[in-house]
Amino acid sequence: MSGSIQDTFFEECEELLEATDEGLTAIEGGDHDPEVVNAIFRAVHSIKGGAGAFGLDDLVAFAHRFETVFDEVRSNRLDLDPKLIQLLLRSSDHLSALVEVARDGGEVDEAHHDTLLAALDEYIPEEEEDLTFEPMGLGGPAAAPEVIVPQEETYRIRFHPLKEMYGTGNEPFFLFQALKDMGELTVTLDENELPGFDSMDVSDSYLAWDLVLVTKEPRSIVEAVFEFVEGLCELSIDGDGDAEAEANALAALDAMFSAPPVEAALPDPAPDTAADSASAPFEPPAPAPEPEAKPAAAEDKASAPKAESGKQEQRSGPKPTLRVELERVDRLINAVGELIINHSMLAQQIANLNVSDTRDVETELEGFKNLARDIQEGVMAIRAQPVKPLFQRMARIVREASAATEKTCKLVNEGENTEVDKTVIERLSDPLTHILRNAVDHGIEKPEDREAAGKSRIGEIRLSASHRSGSVCIEIKDDGAGVNRPRVKQIAIEKGLIPENAELTDAEIDNLLFAPGFSTAKEVSNLSGRGVGMDVVKNAVTGLGGRINISSTPGKGSTFTIILPLTLAVMDGMVVSVADQTMVVPITSIVETMRGSDDMINSLGADGTLLSIRGNFVPICDVAGGLGLYRESDQQAGVYLLVETETGQRCALAVDDIHDQRQVVIKSLDGVCGEIPGVAAATILGDGKIAMILDPESIIAASPTAAAFDTERRMSNAS
Amino acid sequence: MKTKVLAIDDSRTIRNLLAATLEEAGFEYHCAVDGREGVDMYPDVDPDVVITDINMPNLDGFGVIEELRGTGINSKVPILVLTTESAPELKARARGAGATGWITKPFDDASLIFALKRVTGAAA
Repeated sequence: MSGSIQDTFFEECEELLEATDEGLTAIEGGDHDPEVVNAIFRAVHSIKGGAGAFGLDDLVAFAHRFETVFDEVRSNRLDLDPKLIQLLLRSSDHLSALVEVARDGGEVDEAHHDTLLAALDEYIPEEEEDLTFEPMGLGGPAAAPEVIVPQEETYRIRFHPLKEMYGTGNEPFFLFQALKDMGELTVTLDENELPGFDSMDVSDSYLAWDLVLVTKEPRSIVEAVFEFVEGLCELSIDGDGDAEAEANALAALDAMFSAPPVEAALPDPAPDTAADSASAPFEPPAPAPEPEAKPAAAEDKASAPKAESGKQEQRSGPKPTLRVELERVDRLINAVGELIINHSMLAQQIANLNVSDTRDVETELEGFKNLARDIQEGVMAIRAQPVKPLFQRMARIVREASAATEKTCKLVNEGENTEVDKTVIERLSDPLTHILRNAVDHGIEKPEDREAAGKSRIGEIRLSASHRSGSVCIEIKDDGAGVNRPRVKQIAIEKGLIPENAELTDAEIDNLLFAPGFSTAKEVSNLSGRGVGMDVVKNAVTGLGGRINISSTPGKGSTFTIILPLTLAVMDGMVVSVADQTMVVPITSIVETMRGSDDMINSLGADGTLLSIRGNFVPICDVAGGLGLYRESDQQAGVYLLVETETGQRCALAVDDIHDQRQVVIKSLDGVCGEIPGVAAATILGDGKIAMILDPESIIAASPTAAAFDTERRMSNAS
Repeated sequence: MKTKVLAIDDSRTIRNLLAATLEEAGFEYHCAVDGREGVDMYPDVDPDVVITDINMPNLDGFGVIEELRGTGINSKVPILVLTTESAPELKARARGAGATGWITKPFDDASLIFALKRVTGAAA
């Protein structure tokens, strides 16, 4: 039970941290609306409240400090100057880090933690600082201090409520009942003060009670019963126990209440002086709190209409939502996938029946197909989430990277409401982080260099998302120095990635950044270095069925473009046959298809062949050969699928025939069999057979012809 | 008859914690996600006791107390405020508005039940 509540807490933390980030970003952008400040305060406060429930002390302590500073801001005692805003932004980042550590384990950067705490403290007035957060309960029976062997004791209690008590909803009867549960209780009503009927004021309090309680509970618990009426009654509690027990109980009581113990109740062991001097907080408000005229209520009454209008805004705002376990949605997605397969099977079966008139059936089948597609889109929409939270986290990455490199950068987000499959969003986090760190580290220049180049001192990185013809396009554009091509080329030569005399186009040089083991940093900076290169980013993107490109203009900046499929579950594929096997090639990677004739084929070296297309040569990769398949029939690979790799390299995949172009359901091979070079995943076709989904990129990478052609071309370019 | 609790808190975590503890202890649990909703729900739920957070959007805890105790609703039910701080002035202000008592977050099951018992007499 508590496990799932804790899960809820972390989920809620994510939302609250987003709200905090969003608010701070608005503040950074100059929006100092009190409601923005209030919303942040509440968010941090809620994190603190929840964290306390799970004993996450670091988180509680930090959130408290953070919240206190915000309280100062919202009470107009503190101005939101740029320095403070920066501190708040860093604090918000640290709060996220603390939540992460609390959830996933790991280490908190102690030094950073302490620095921020100290920085926040500077904004907190002395008195507030002393007001420490007490992570403890009310002192109910469970929280009772460890008192020596419980001994029965008799307490004589005199309880005389003031009339103010009745306005608070406290009932003497319930208090007595609570006492009665602790032991033996005798209640005597004292009505001596009751005036004559004529002089009686109905709103006044005339009754008093004398109680005798025999209990094993310590004095602290007995006193805790009267906690809520403290200051609203005349109360004395006299015990007959030994002094030592009382001293213990008193100490416990002191610890329990931030306010002093009930003044009249204290027997011989004198309370400390601090307690005496602070006996005022629960003084009732001077006039009796009649429902009609409550003095304390006045100021809030004034703000009531505001709250009212706020409510209406809110009501029309968020639409009702439903939280569903992800697993249920995924089951549904799977079922829809099966439904699509089922449709193809049915269509095929009907075609096989050789019935002369199938028009009616086909109409219904078409309806079936459309419905299946509607359901599929509906379910996909459930999994789709806006990229906003992801983008907001990236703002933090840029801030951290800027601080570490002593550069000033701002991140501008665009298209935050673009919706992308949840898994894609999750798996985009690492590549985006890496690209952004790189952009700050290598792209954006130092402020003085920027100034010298006639640019603003503040570097700008634009992170945008948009839908583009069935794909999601994510762009990371910086206005930095652009790719330093001579240097990139030099490094690539030094690392043996390209021959020394290679002539490369600008695009080819830029794409070297994605080559495994490439790093342009002169020294491995602790930021984007760590021996991880952009090749990891590229792998992550291609792992999602996407592509990544870079374009760059010297002095103007670089743009990384990531194109991703809308969903990971279904894709458009071309169904082909290769050596009597049916296979699927992703449509996204195909540029053109053609039937080849003998005069289009030219040889390259001993085994290689090139396809001549409109005067250009393209290496031919035989898919069957690449996958280690042998043709048994006489059929020849006579159909070519022209595909283009990330580096702009073109290649013709040779297959036997093209059958169809259709939507296929992607079935991952993970855990079914090991990695098969050239195969990305599998799918089930209409006839129930399993077909492999090919990965053109890796087929080309493994092709000797493509490699030979590439070398040849570089050599000829160089000469 | 189960004792009816109306809990008002904008934090899902706290609502869940309250629900878990109270339902296990045999209370009838109702909740609202902010002060406005809490006050709106009050007549229908007709609770025996209200537990409210202080910092909430739309209508804060003080507002809740004032509206419930105000002439419109004129409620006499006990109202416990949930607070993270044991700040005396906060309690004094809540009490000034008509709060019956308070529960300090984080709370354990026993102190929550103990607080409810002192204002409703109900152990469940």
